[in-house]
Amino acid sequence: MKAGARKFGAAERGLLPEGRLAGPMPWVIAIMMFLTVLAAAAGLGLAGAAARLTDQIGGRVTVQIMAANPEARAAQARAAAEAARGLPEVGAVRIVPDEEIEALLEPWIGTGGIEADLPVPALIDVDLAQEPGAIDRLRAAIGVAAPAARVDDNARWLAPLADLIGALKWLAAGLVLLMVGATAATVVLAARAALDTHRGTIEILHLMGATDVQVARLFQRRIALDALFGGLVGFILASLVLIGLGDRVAALGSELLGGASISPMGWGVLIVLPALGVLLAMLVARLTILRALGRLL
Amino acid sequence: MNASGSIVHFENVGLRYGTGAETLSDLSFSLREGGFYFLTGPSGAGKTSLLKLLYLALRPSRGLIRLFGEDIVTMPRGRLPGFRRRIGVVFQEFRLVPHLSAFDNVALPLRVAGVADSDLQAPVSEMLAWVGLADRASARPATLSGGEQQRVAIARAVIGRPELLVADEPTGNVDPDMALRLLHLFDSLNKLGTTVIVATHDLHLLARVQRAEMLRLDRGQISDPTGALRHPPKRVDQ
Repeated sequence: MKAGARKFGAAERGLLPEGRLAGPMPWVIAIMMFLTVLAAAAGLGLAGAAARLTDQIGGRVTVQIMAANPEARAAQARAAAEAARGLPEVGAVRIVPDEEIEALLEPWIGTGGIEADLPVPALIDVDLAQEPGAIDRLRAAIGVAAPAARVDDNARWLAPLADLIGALKWLAAGLVLLMVGATAATVVLAARAALDTHRGTIEILHLMGATDVQVARLFQRRIALDALFGGLVGFILASLVLIGLGDRVAALGSELLGGASISPMGWGVLIVLPALGVLLAMLVARLTILRALGRLL
Repeated sequence: MNASGSIVHFENVGLRYGTGAETLSDLSFSLREGGFYFLTGPSGAGKTSLLKLLYLALRPSRGLIRLFGEDIVTMPRGRLPGFRRRIGVVFQEFRLVPHLSAFDNVALPLRVAGVADSDLQAPVSEMLAWVGLADRASARPATLSGGEQQRVAIARAVIGRPELLVADEPTGNVDPDMALRLLHLFDSLNKLGTTVIVATHDLHLLARVQRAEMLRLDRGQISDPTGALRHPPKRVDQ
């Protein structure tokens, strides 16, 4: 009987009784995975929204020409646009057409068109490179060409929103970490319960010369199966919720909320979560069991 | 094995559970390789504790124990499984795995030692036949009688041809015929080179193995440390 110890094979899997090892553990893991996927999806969506906000709006400056006289307003708008184009840090410059301005105002003043006696500022969209002092140089150049112009830095008024999105993103990441910790604690408790339940079998295997690693493998395989079951249930339920929410967000037609949708790469990350859950459960179970077995002679 | 040919060597060994008095005190003896030993003594004398030291379930509180020529008191824990695989144990309370069949219980030491599943059928079936349980291979321990469970436990202990066989009251639950048959099994193993130590109260067994030697424990001590009481027992039925 001097053959070397080896991994227990398929037949040895029956050394522990069939059925779940620790009762509710798969369902607890399912709940954890459900919440983890939702928190991770929220984090990924917010990261996407933040990126979209920065890319599309953050570098844009809006110039308003406030002159009451329509001809003077149009002339200053052209002059301001020309002055902006002359700066090296300026990318695209676009005078917003009147029809577009009317569409923007339509929710407030209705569909009757802008009355002649209601002065509406001319708008110029300027894409500005995010360099130090660029906004000041633009202000100076436009101030000379169009005295009635006001330069609004979108990044400035978007900063509180970007800060909020950033904070929520980190909150989501924190929630994911808390869920990982809670899942690990659940596995520790389940592994200890399983050890207590099967203590007699473990002692026999131990006295027959089974190594700690051989015994630990038996448990980690079973706990991994439980974790896989719970992880898949939690992931599928969370995915259904996310798909349902995605449909409702799409129905809103909001550009900002649309940016918070989950990209295909984001789904790829979410799909990996159950597998990571199984690996985490196996690792925690192995360490817990090896530590407990280490107390035996 | 050490130069003197002893497979087990105890020197001033003491064992204490917790902070109580010593269960075993100043045990010094050697078992030679290939010997057959009966361990006797009244209940509470410390026989089971001594056997636990032998099958590496406990380490002594003091003293030196050499097993297979190596000091197992200071041996790193990671080396002990390899030594345990060289020892067969028949536990007093059987300690069968309740959810495994008789076949799988007997196969357990071979599986632990790394024998492939395809190589299990023949030796396990042969061993079950030897202990008269060929037709009970698929039975779970709960459906076996006390005597049948004991025979499964014995088959499990000897299936791997251990170098040292330790048996704690192995015939306590079987009828005299089966007890004799099991003793013959131990005797056969002993003739093949296995060192056998059997704790028993059964005086009839002592007389069945002519070459056996006797160790007597009394209140945790070898009652005759000089060795005068270690003798081949005389047959009582002749």
